[in-house]
Amino acid sequence: MATLPTEEINTIHEYGPHRSAPIRGKTTDEPERLVKTHCCFCGQQCGIQLKVKNNTVIGLEPWEDFPFNRGMLCPKGVKRYLQGSHPDRLKTALARDPSAPGGFRPIPYAEAIEKVASEIKRIQEKYGNGAIGVLGGASLSTEKAYLLGKFARVCLKTPFIDYNGRLCMVSAGAGNKKAFGIDRVSSPWADMIGTEVIWVAGSNIAECSPITTNYIWQAREQGAKIIIQDPRITPAARTCDLYLPVKPGRDAALFAGVLNFMIEHDWIDREYIDTYTVGFERVEEYCRAWPMARTAEVTGVPERSLREAAELWGKAKTSFFLHARGIEHHSNGVDNVLGTINLVLASGRLGKPKSGYGTIVGQANGQGGREHGQKCDQLPGSRDISIPEHRKYVASVWGIDEKDMPGPGVDAYEMFRKIDKGEIKALIAMCFNPVVSLPDNTYVARALDMLELFVPIDFFLTETGRHANYVLPGSLQEEDEGTVTQVEGRVIKINRAVDCPGEARRDWIIIGDIAKALGRPKGFTFKSSREIFEELRIASKGGVADYSGITYEKIEENMGVFWPCYSHDPKTGEPIDHLGTPRIFVPGSYNPVAKGKGPFYFPDGKARFNVAEYRTPVDDASTEYPLYLTTGRVVSHYLSGTQTRRIGPLVKQYPEPRIEIHSRLAEKLGIADGDWAVCETRRGALTLRAQVVTTIRPDTIFIPYHWPGDKSANRLTVASQDPISRIPQYKVCACRVRKAEGAPAYAAVLEPQQ
Amino acid sequence: MAVPGHLEFFVDPSRCIGCQSCVQACSECDTHHGEAMIHLEYADRATSIQTVPVICMHCEQPTCAEVCPADAIKRTSDGVVQSARKPRCIACGNCVLACPFGVPELYNDQLLMMKCDMCYDRSSVGKKPMCATVCPSQALFFGTREEILSIRPQSMPTNRFRFGDQTITTRVNVMVPRKKPRPLLLDVTSAMNERPQNRTLRLGVVDQGEPDPFAEVKI
Repeated sequence: MATLPTEEINTIHEYGPHRSAPIRGKTTDEPERLVKTHCCFCGQQCGIQLKVKNNTVIGLEPWEDFPFNRGMLCPKGVKRYLQGSHPDRLKTALARDPSAPGGFRPIPYAEAIEKVASEIKRIQEKYGNGAIGVLGGASLSTEKAYLLGKFARVCLKTPFIDYNGRLCMVSAGAGNKKAFGIDRVSSPWADMIGTEVIWVAGSNIAECSPITTNYIWQAREQGAKIIIQDPRITPAARTCDLYLPVKPGRDAALFAGVLNFMIEHDWIDREYIDTYTVGFERVEEYCRAWPMARTAEVTGVPERSLREAAELWGKAKTSFFLHARGIEHHSNGVDNVLGTINLVLASGRLGKPKSGYGTIVGQANGQGGREHGQKCDQLPGSRDISIPEHRKYVASVWGIDEKDMPGPGVDAYEMFRKIDKGEIKALIAMCFNPVVSLPDNTYVARALDMLELFVPIDFFLTETGRHANYVLPGSLQEEDEGTVTQVEGRVIKINRAVDCPGEARRDWIIIGDIAKALGRPKGFTFKSSREIFEELRIASKGGVADYSGITYEKIEENMGVFWPCYSHDPKTGEPIDHLGTPRIFVPGSYNPVAKGKGPFYFPDGKARFNVAEYRTPVDDASTEYPLYLTTGRVVSHYLSGTQTRRIGPLVKQYPEPRIEIHSRLAEKLGIADGDWAVCETRRGALTLRAQVVTTIRPDTIFIPYHWPGDKSANRLTVASQDPISRIPQYKVCACRVRKAEGAPAYAAVLEPQQ
Repeated sequence: MAVPGHLEFFVDPSRCIGCQSCVQACSECDTHHGEAMIHLEYADRATSIQTVPVICMHCEQPTCAEVCPADAIKRTSDGVVQSARKPRCIACGNCVLACPFGVPELYNDQLLMMKCDMCYDRSSVGKKPMCATVCPSQALFFGTREEILSIRPQSMPTNRFRFGDQTITTRVNVMVPRKKPRPLLLDVTSAMNERPQNRTLRLGVVDQGEPDPFAEVKI
């Protein structure tokens, strides 16, 4: 049983998170070589050069030639090199051992693989193939993400695989597929410069995708008006032209109200709508129920600002719409996304020069990681595991009978419910720390304790890893090569800077070793990441996310290749040297789904308007819990903090989570800046220090989510999910706040990052 | 080795997003022992999210050097005011008190004043300073005057600053909006009302020859 092997504090003492030394190496240390690669934190994937000496990354040098960021980096990028030779780095496999200090003892790698394989066999023989679940991650390279999907379906023969992109990209993905038939941003970021209006909804760009800031500032220099929709005055909102202080969870209402006002004033492009879209009438009808007064009342945004937004957006000749988790992390997240798309389509500008639309991906491979089959309902090339032709094609690439391929599984949170019901008995996880990152995470930790086998493959022992039976030491990003696809849809190359330390292995080798030990090595005997990529090219061929024309060499020569990139001309079937597709939806463009009938990826080539319905959030504010809790990132941390909470200077920059609260509310509650305050929801309570500001709505509080245990915002969040995308509603739930009687117990025991 | 004369530093606080990338990058350098020489602080976090990056302005007539009793601070011929020379610095702190921009800091553990030297190891060989290279919002920009004028049409560089009776000319420029800037958003509640109630904050600019009071602050 996977209860914690020892008191958690013992595991923390042994395995961290500890902070790296504040500075290592010297800038004057001459590196043996500079390795051109990308930052491992966030979906921007900034180009960076790592300084390498004696098989160690000793520092960084900006890479000014890489076109996306031209040397620019955020603090995470600057300090990312410190994760490499960290004292917490796992260099051996571990086996649970309550008598060992920290609850785990090192065991030889080969022994660990044998043990894991024999346990998998035992569990599958006893309970069936579907008793095993696999969890992947969107920070993995596309090769690894592809391999995990194949591993679950071909080697383990289980339908149950999903990934942490479920907490991230799925609302945007589902919305994009419903509206456009393809899940990708429309254009490179450079197209923003020269546009008239940029509307950013639910994205704290300055902290979550800092490099995008310069694109927006440069667009502003050329005259663009900036609209920011957020419950907080974020750094980008501070100087924007129009700020929409939306109440958490009310975005779909805002979009409907603005579109209605645009329709009333004829600030829409009827000709574009008639030529390139279907379904506008129903949207028009739905929006009629959203006159300004009602919209203002529901959204908490004054009518004057809603009218100004409609006028700015409606009258512009060119525009960009960007959104992120702020509108996507909702139980109507897909509707919110569709609401933005309706505004974009009605404007008639999508596909035209200096105009675009897109979601800003959060995870390092948020785009590539969601295209090639580690998602429960998906096969490589953004194919659907329920469509017979898709199954047949991928089965033929994998050399299996289509009948032997499992059907769709369930989303990551549902897998924990299946564990709770006793249906899933074993879990293999790579690059996913659900005990920190899933909502209502007390439930998640309890579910882990019911497993017969839990095997994380990771480079540090995560908070989730503390529940493991065996831990397999995987690889850091700089220890392997592969591709990722960044925010613009540009496929780029990660290069290996150093070798794995000790008995740590590149992740795809570990997968291959498990398959071999299970006696099912067929299809998992890869010798290199390149070999996996070559297979992925074939597996993706003919799918919407077609990578068939991409090679490692082409990526390096062109500093990235935008998918779809074809090996054979989709029109003629002839082999071509295709350089990729930076812009999609351009009128007159050809795609293999529409076959020339239009620029969108449906058989008729037309985009779909979808009614984007506003629904009151689940667990909305009430008399008992009168405030809204919203969660998000800070600039110096990444996801569940497994890496950044170990990097000393990043911990120092933002050591512990705080409750961000408006001064008016704080005064009413008798809370001063720096006081300990308690935030309670229906799931639990946290005691954190208050940060009193005027830059947040007075009915809303904000807590960043990167910390575990008694500091974990996700102890408070609600496990309600969007019915289509299954994304959790992280961005709003009801809470109440009061001044704490004193410091919480953890303050005397734990370091800030623990 | 000298910093080429056509390369200049341009600081635009209105672009700053407070991410601390400059601070983290500056602390990578061991010429100042891993201490960040750039200061990035919130103007007043309780009432605004505005942050202000402060690097050494590299004055034509550096007050820090003028008040140094040990003659430890030198301005090289390329206009860069160097950090204190360790053998000479007596850690008296005169420069810290005198600098109108609040740049030099005393490191008591090292008995030494250290300050930004525009990444002399990099800039003197034609590279950009580290902070300006990494800055994600390009609030810190290093390049030619022609470049900045072409890519930043909304603002203009200025390098004259008035402190009381003292007017200072610097090698580093600050970007000032050409048009009257929009009022800054300071409090969410002001944006929630039907009638806008922004508090405004405006700074005057010392223009070439124009006797404008330096800082007219209305709150």
